[in-house]
Amino acid sequence: MQIPVEGFMYPNEVELQWSVLIVLYPYITGLVAGAFILASLERVFRVEAVKPTYRLALLTALSFLLVAPMPLQLHLGHPERSFEMYLTPHRSSAMAMFGFVYLWYLMAVLLLEIWLDYRRDIVLKAQTSQGFTRLLYRLLSLGSNNISERSLRIDERLGYFITLIGIPSAFLLHGYVGFIFGSVKANPWWSSPLMPIVFIFSAMVSGIAAVMLLYMLTTHLRTRTIDMRCVDTIARYLLYTFVIDFSLEMLDLLQRIYEADESFRSLDFMVHTRLWTSQVIIQILLGTVTPIVLLGLTQVLTLTDTARKRIYAIAGSLTVVGIFAMRWNVVIGGQLFSKSFLGYTTYKMGFATREGLLTAIVLMILPFGILWVLVKLLPPWPDAGSLPASGTTPAHGTT
Amino acid sequence: MRFSGPAIQTPAHGKNHVFKDIEHLIRLAAVMAIGLIAFIVLRAAVVPRSFGQYGHYRGAAIAEAAAHPISYAGHTVCEGCHTDVVEQKKLGKHVGVPCEACHGPLAKHADDPASVTPPKLDTAVLCARCHEANSAKPKWFPQVVTADHSGGVACDTCHQPHKPRIEDEKTAASGRKN
Amino acid sequence: MDLSRRRLLMLLPAAAVAWKYVEAGTPESSPNYKLTDHWWAMLIDIPKCIGCGSCVRACANENDVPEGYFRTWVERYHVSDWKIERPEVESPNGGKQGFPPNEESGGKNFFVPKLCNHCSDSPCTQVCPVGATFSTPDGVVLVDKTYCLGCRYCVQACPYGCRFINPKTNTAEKCTLCYHRITKGLTTACCEVCPTGARQLADLKNPNDPIHEFLRTHTVQVLKPHMATGAKVFYNGMDGSVR
Repeated sequence: MQIPVEGFMYPNEVELQWSVLIVLYPYITGLVAGAFILASLERVFRVEAVKPTYRLALLTALSFLLVAPMPLQLHLGHPERSFEMYLTPHRSSAMAMFGFVYLWYLMAVLLLEIWLDYRRDIVLKAQTSQGFTRLLYRLLSLGSNNISERSLRIDERLGYFITLIGIPSAFLLHGYVGFIFGSVKANPWWSSPLMPIVFIFSAMVSGIAAVMLLYMLTTHLRTRTIDMRCVDTIARYLLYTFVIDFSLEMLDLLQRIYEADESFRSLDFMVHTRLWTSQVIIQILLGTVTPIVLLGLTQVLTLTDTARKRIYAIAGSLTVVGIFAMRWNVVIGGQLFSKSFLGYTTYKMGFATREGLLTAIVLMILPFGILWVLVKLLPPWPDAGSLPASGTTPAHGTT
Repeated sequence: MRFSGPAIQTPAHGKNHVFKDIEHLIRLAAVMAIGLIAFIVLRAAVVPRSFGQYGHYRGAAIAEAAAHPISYAGHTVCEGCHTDVVEQKKLGKHVGVPCEACHGPLAKHADDPASVTPPKLDTAVLCARCHEANSAKPKWFPQVVTADHSGGVACDTCHQPHKPRIEDEKTAASGRKN
Repeated sequence: MDLSRRRLLMLLPAAAVAWKYVEAGTPESSPNYKLTDHWWAMLIDIPKCIGCGSCVRACANENDVPEGYFRTWVERYHVSDWKIERPEVESPNGGKQGFPPNEESGGKNFFVPKLCNHCSDSPCTQVCPVGATFSTPDGVVLVDKTYCLGCRYCVQACPYGCRFINPKTNTAEKCTLCYHRITKGLTTACCEVCPTGARQLADLKNPNDPIHEFLRTHTVQVLKPHMATGAKVFYNGMDGSVR
C-alpha cells in the first residue's frame, strides 16, 4: 500500500472515499444558504441597512447553488447515472432527499425570487436591448411584458411570501447537508444530532461573510463608496451568528471530551496530530476566535471607517477560510481514523486528477465567473446606470 | 380569447384586468407544469421494468447476481468421481478438509475432466499455510516450525497429504480403527 | 476417471442436475429455489480459525475481487492482559497469504475472519440514494452494479468496513455471500475451502440447519452489537476486544 497507515485500519478503509470535492460541497451549499439568509434579513426582517446587498446576495446564492452539484457529479463513479436520484429516490436516504431539497430550493425559491424581483428590469431590458440580448431577456420575461403597478405589487407580495418559505428552505438545504453526515451512525466523528444545527450556523457565518466581502470588493471595483451603515450591520449580524456557531461547536467538543466514549481516544489523538493544523490552528484559532475578537472590537471601540473596513475585510476573509477548514475537518477528518478505532490513514490529494486540487480550485472560481455573468445580465446595483431611466425608484425592496 | 371578449361585459373587465396582471405568473406555472409532465413521462420511460418487484431496487438484479460463474465446484462434486481419495481421506485427519482448500478452484475441471487438469501442488508452500507455527493459531491445531521440522524438504516426501500421519501408513495394514 | 464421472451421474442425480444449471449460469432455472424459503447467515467459529487465508484467496478467485480490496479478510489479534480495550490488530494484505510468525509476548492471540454481516437492518442499504444496494427476500445484501452511482455513501455507512469501490467498475462492491452459489445448493467459496470448518453458511429458515442447535448451545455474538444493525454473521468464542 502506498498510502501511509498508522496502526490498524480495516483493509478497505485505507483509501479515502470522499475527497476534497466533497469538502467543497457543504462549503458551497453553506455559502448559498448563508447568502440567502442575509438577503432575507432585509426582506422579511426589514433590516433596511443591508438593502444594498439584497440583490447581490441573491445572485451570489444562485451562482454558488448552480455550482453546488458539480463537485458531487465529478466525484461519482458513474455521473451519467445521477439522474436515478430523481427517478428512483430512496426515501430512507438522506442523500436522495437532498436532491429534492436542492431542486426545491433552486426552482421554487431562489430562481423564483430572483425572477420576481428582477422582472421589471428584465422587461425593460427586453424593450431596450438589441439582437441576442433582446432574445435572452424576452425569454427570461416568458414573453410577458406587463409591468403595470398592480402586477409588480403582486410580484412583490408573492416574492415576500417566497422569502418567507425561503428561510426555512435555506435552513433545510444546509441542515440537510449536516444530516447527511450527522446521520452516519457508523462514524462517531460525524454522528451527532448537533451536526445539522452546526452546519446551518456555520453556513450563515460563511454566507454572510462572503456577501460582505463581495459587496466591499464590488463597490471598491466600481469606485463607489461603501455604505458603512450597511457593512456595520452585516458585521454585527456576522458576529452574532458567529458567537452562536462557536458556542454550538464548543458544546459539541465539550460533550465529546467529557463523555469520552469508545471513540474518544482515537479521535482525540487524531485532532492532536493529523488535524492539529487544520482544526485547531486554522479552524478554531485563526478562522473563529480571531474574527470573533476582531468583530467584537469594532463593537466596543470607536474606530474610523477605514479601520472598520480593514477589520471587516480581515475578519471576513479569515471567516471564509475558517469555515472551509471546518468543512475539511468534518469530511476529511471523518475518514482518517479507522472505525476499529485502532489506526489512521492519510489523505493524499491529487493535483491534476478528476478529484484533485486543480479541479477544486476551478470549482471554487467558477461561481465567481457565473456571478460575473449574472451581474452583467441582471445588475444588482441600486444605482445601476444600465437601467433605462424611468424616473421611478427600483421596484424591488420592501414596500 | 378573441371571441369571448365581447361576450364578457363590464364586471368581467376587472376580472380580465386581474388575469392580465398575473399573466406572467400563469406563464411561469405553465413552464413548470410542462417541466413536471416531461419529468413524469421520462420517469415512466426510463425506470427499469423490474424496479420495485421485491422492494426499492431492480428485481432483476437478484437473478443477475445469481448468474455469476462458479469457480469452486464444491467437494461433493469432486467426491462423486474421486471415490478412491474419499476412502483414503477417511483414514486420516484431513477427512474434513475440502478438496479445493488445497487443490484450488476446479469447477472447470469438474465440467470437463478430460481437458482441464489440476496443476501439481507444491507441498512445501501449501502445507505451511496451515501448519506453520503461529501463536495465534489454536493450541489444538498441529503446527511446526517448517525450518526446523523439514528444512525445506517437500512435505510429501514423508507425509501423504490425503492421510498425513506417518505412523498411519505403517499401522494401516494391521487394521487401525481410527 | 470417465467411469467415475458416469457413476457420479448415477449416484447423485440431484447434484448432477444442479451442477448442469450451475454451469449454464441460469439461476432462474435452478431447481426449486424459492427466495422466501431462506434466510441466510454465517457462523464463524473463532477457536477453529487457523489464519491460513484460504477463505480470502477463494473469495478473490470466485468473485474476481480486485487486488488490494477485500470482500472477506482475516485479522490477527493480540490482546495483552494490561490493555484489554486496546488490542493490537494486523491484517497484512487481508491475511490473503496467511500471517508471518509472531513472537509470543503474553496475552492472547487469535484470528478473526471478517466479511459483510448481511445485516437485516443494514445502514448501507438505508443510505443508498437510488436503491442500488438492497436486502434480498432471502436475507442477503447485494449491490446492483448496473445501477450504482458510485457515490460511496454506503461505504461510509458500513460500520464494519466491508465495502469498497471496485476501481474497474467504479461501483460499490462487497461480499454477496456467494449468492450465485447458495442459490444453487452450494456453500460459499470461503466456507467451501475452510480447512477447519471455522466458517459455516447457515440458513435460519431451514429447521434442519445445524445452526439452530449451535446457537442454542454456544455463547455467540455479533460484531459491534451496539450498532444495532441486525448483523447475521455470528461469532462463536469471540473475545470482547474484537471490533
